Amino acid sequence: MNLAQTIDVKFYSTPASGNVLPLLFEIRHGLARWLETGEQTVIDLGHIPLAPGEEELIEATLGKGEVYAQLKVLGSSVIIETTIPGAWLVTHYNNDDEIMGKYVEVTDIPSILKSQQADMQQGLEELDRHLTKVANLQ
Amino acid sequence: MKQTSTLGDNLNNLGISRRAFVKFCAATGSMMALPPMLWPQLVQALENARRPSVIWLSFQECTGCSESLTRSHSPTVEGLIFDSISLDYHHTLQAASGAAAEAARLQAMEENFGKYLVVVDGSIPLGNSGFSTIAGISNLDMLMETVKGAAAVISIGTCASFGGIAHASPNPTGAVGVMELVKDKPIINVSGCPPIPMVITGVLSHYLAFNSLPDLDHLHRPKAFYGHSIHDRCYRRSYYDKGQFAESFDDEGAKKGWCLYKLGCKGPTTYNACATLKWNQGVSFPIESGHPCLGCSEPDFWDKGSFYAAQSTTQWGTGETLATAAVAGVAVGTANAIIARRRKKQAQQKEPES
Repeated sequence: MNLAQTIDVKFYSTPASGNVLPLLFEIRHGLARWLETGEQTVIDLGHIPLAPGEEELIEATLGKGEVYAQLKVLGSSVIIETTIPGAWLVTHYNNDDEIMGKYVEVTDIPSILKSQQADMQQGLEELDRHLTKVANLQ
Repeated sequence: MKQTSTLGDNLNNLGISRRAFVKFCAATGSMMALPPMLWPQLVQALENARRPSVIWLSFQECTGCSESLTRSHSPTVEGLIFDSISLDYHHTLQAASGAAAEAARLQAMEENFGKYLVVVDGSIPLGNSGFSTIAGISNLDMLMETVKGAAAVISIGTCASFGGIAHASPNPTGAVGVMELVKDKPIINVSGCPPIPMVITGVLSHYLAFNSLPDLDHLHRPKAFYGHSIHDRCYRRSYYDKGQFAESFDDEGAKKGWCLYKLGCKGPTTYNACATLKWNQGVSFPIESGHPCLGCSEPDFWDKGSFYAAQSTTQWGTGETLATAAVAGVAVGTANAIIARRRKKQAQQKEPES
């Protein structure tokens, strides 16, 4: 793991909003809580006052880890596991590529990546229909 | 349009997957300022939500509020308007006009009596009914007729909430906000000039999901968005606390991004969500762009002195009003002194008799 080796620690002492370090601590507490109880944490970055450049500082600190996933659903969504395993950066875009929301999720896998039961049921029915059609041809 | 299908039914018919719906709900939950842990409940609530009929009335306004709404980016307002609510009357957006448009309004009222939402932007003139009319109907008559069967009234913008610029001194049209006139219906004020688009859609989404009004402050504004002052949520707050202020728009302090309080920022007395939700697809908000907050979501913000004078000075007014106040103060003081002397004299004259 290479946590933000390129970030000079002096950046964190710049006054601005003062919310960067507390947010990193919140992620740290979220990780500890998940390991202890399995309870996930979601931090909505859109509701935290951040000065220009601070969101980028948080993202640079967390870095990009082993997983990068892109969804194509109502516009795209980008899900990145950061260099801190279990801390995910989830960004939802709309059809115009505007950001609809950006979150840090502390969990083993973000729920949006999991297959949804209703979709699986629909998939099952569709596959059944196809197989029936094939069977009828033989 | 009658309330029949649910939002879940509509999205299903459109071929929207469950995962897409979960994403839609995450964006909506964020927009409603709901804690992320409540988002799964929101999914359930929105799935079963029935499309409310919405009648949108535009009175003395500049169309800025509707412009703001149509720039709401998450989820797309088109989706919200056409899939989640039944916008049965909005004379700026609808194709119909004249008698056909009014017929649509009356039909929506009749079919959804007691259940529809009335959204108002713009103030209502009381001075002369001819100041502002739609299809020959005065704004006051149209408002009072339409709210009769409404479940709730949402005032969009500072004009509909508090009278806005039309209400500013000398208020030539006798403009007032909706809550001055409507006393027997729940009212939500979404103030701002214009309001943040996500706040407009957030309030509509809350009603859609929970079929109830959100918690409101003393000015009937939803606490989720108006519960904190701009100052409390401003990223420049730490400079204020340290006493680091920009003294002019081009000094070192301004360049370093210090607090704009001395340049007239009304952030400390203004309640809104600009500092977190921001504007232009979340790019920035006035203070981030180097301009003080004008306080546009507060009542009578037009009449509170210069936008560029610190609050500590504007509360005393301009030089002219200060001089007038001083003259008036001297006059009142003199009059009081005369009255006091007269009373004393009368009391002294009465004393021997008692």
